[in-house]
Amino acid sequence: MTELFAALTDPDLPFLRYGLLTGLLASISFGIIGTFVVVRRISYLAGAISHCILAGIGGGLYLQTVAGISWFTPMTGAVIVALLSAVILAQVSRHAGQREDSIIGALWSGGMSIGYLFIAKTPGYFDPNSYLFGNILLITKQDIFFVAGLDILILAVVCLFYNKLLALCFDEEYAFLRGVRTQWLHLLLLCLTALTIVLLIRIVGIIMVIALLTLPAAIAGGFAASIRQMMLIATAVCAVFITAGLGASFYLDLPSGSVIILIATGAYLLSLFLDRSAAKK
Amino acid sequence: MSEAAIEIRDLRFSYSHDIPVLSDVRLDVWPQDSACIVGPNGGGKTTLVKLMLGLLEPDSGSIRIGGQTPAAARTRIGYVPQYARYDACFPISALEVVCMARLGGTFSGRYMKQDKQAALDALAAVSLADLARRPFSALSGGQRQRVLIARALASGGDILILDEPTASLDRESEQQLLALLAELNKERIVLMVTHEVGFSSTFFKRIICVNNLVYVHPTSALTGELIREMYGGDLRMIRHDHRCCPGGHEHD
Repeated sequence: MTELFAALTDPDLPFLRYGLLTGLLASISFGIIGTFVVVRRISYLAGAISHCILAGIGGGLYLQTVAGISWFTPMTGAVIVALLSAVILAQVSRHAGQREDSIIGALWSGGMSIGYLFIAKTPGYFDPNSYLFGNILLITKQDIFFVAGLDILILAVVCLFYNKLLALCFDEEYAFLRGVRTQWLHLLLLCLTALTIVLLIRIVGIIMVIALLTLPAAIAGGFAASIRQMMLIATAVCAVFITAGLGASFYLDLPSGSVIILIATGAYLLSLFLDRSAAKK
Repeated sequence: MSEAAIEIRDLRFSYSHDIPVLSDVRLDVWPQDSACIVGPNGGGKTTLVKLMLGLLEPDSGSIRIGGQTPAAARTRIGYVPQYARYDACFPISALEVVCMARLGGTFSGRYMKQDKQAALDALAAVSLADLARRPFSALSGGQRQRVLIARALASGGDILILDEPTASLDRESEQQLLALLAELNKERIVLMVTHEVGFSSTFFKRIICVNNLVYVHPTSALTGELIREMYGGDLRMIRHDHRCCPGGHEHD
């Protein structure tokens, strides 16, 4: 424990400190947005957004390196593609009907393919694993401010539209009948989900971000009596997973993203088992 | 004669434009009317309700609710969907569910003091005031259905439309629900989609038979032959209100 504490306070090892701070701040966004994703049952949409992001990362890298557009960083590309995919998916949910899952599948794998092609055509060496599985070495001081800004944005939007978001998730048709513009609200929710995913792929990566978005909220759902409670519990659970995962990966010298997700998955399975045991009694 | 509260004229609706789900519908619903909407699966009952709510647009013909289009008259209608369609694990209280009736008043959807009071009054009207803070998932089927009726009442409309509220309810809850609807019918129109044609004669004044075409009969005219014609095939009618031996018996 003292080793970890020493590493966290070591001025020469800022990445661990940045990683932990970003992770703890990220827990707020994950807890709030994850709750909506779970109760609205749109984790497949969040999964599609996260995988589409590779197209933005690859595109950004290509434009930066080949076209010389220095301001178009991989993260800029990721934000643009994430928001674009949120808009497309909102339209798909509304119009595609029974073909929705096929279209989502096409976007999911198509986005990844485009991203990988851009990366393959970009000269020089680039390791996509950092984005696919996360790498806290990539977290900068700037990211901490971005995540803190995202937390403030999400808290402000959710506080403002809490009742409408609750109605959208519980009974979309009724919310529409009461005059709520459900289409726009659904789009807003998907855009916030997209931004949350973009800013947090540095920690756990594109492939595993969906687990950290949904598992803490799914665990919280078993104990919460209201959405507010579910958000608070999910935030706390997520913070515990990230702290424990970073600590364990430091001691065991393992990739932090994978360790965090394994802890989250184990805790979720345990909560399911406890739930079933309690139900039998 | 007073003006019809709901007036449907020459309505046609189809999902694919080839095969109409509803054709040549002409229907008048009067103030303080009570009618059950019955018919076979796929006959167009739910489609008719969705057209009245303005969730669907007719191919041709018109629907007027108090002279307005359904979309403009939504505040007049309290809609009660089936409780069984809701996520049983959703963490929400009965009061929060009922408060949803007051959404749309402000840009953010924030509830005012009077909104919460209206929701509490509606819960009291369905005898659930004590369970306002109880999670929706912890209530019984009958209680959940009554919470949804309270939500419809809190919206303040004079038309109540219920979609199969007795499905999944036991006999006692069903009787309680019908008694509540009879009470509510004193001040508002009650329309109810149901498959339980048997008890319709005990409460509703009229029966709206929907099977592509729409026919309206007084419930006193409800016979086994009429039901057979409507549903097709050989089916038996069970009168819930009629028992001449313990447990009741069945009639053709």
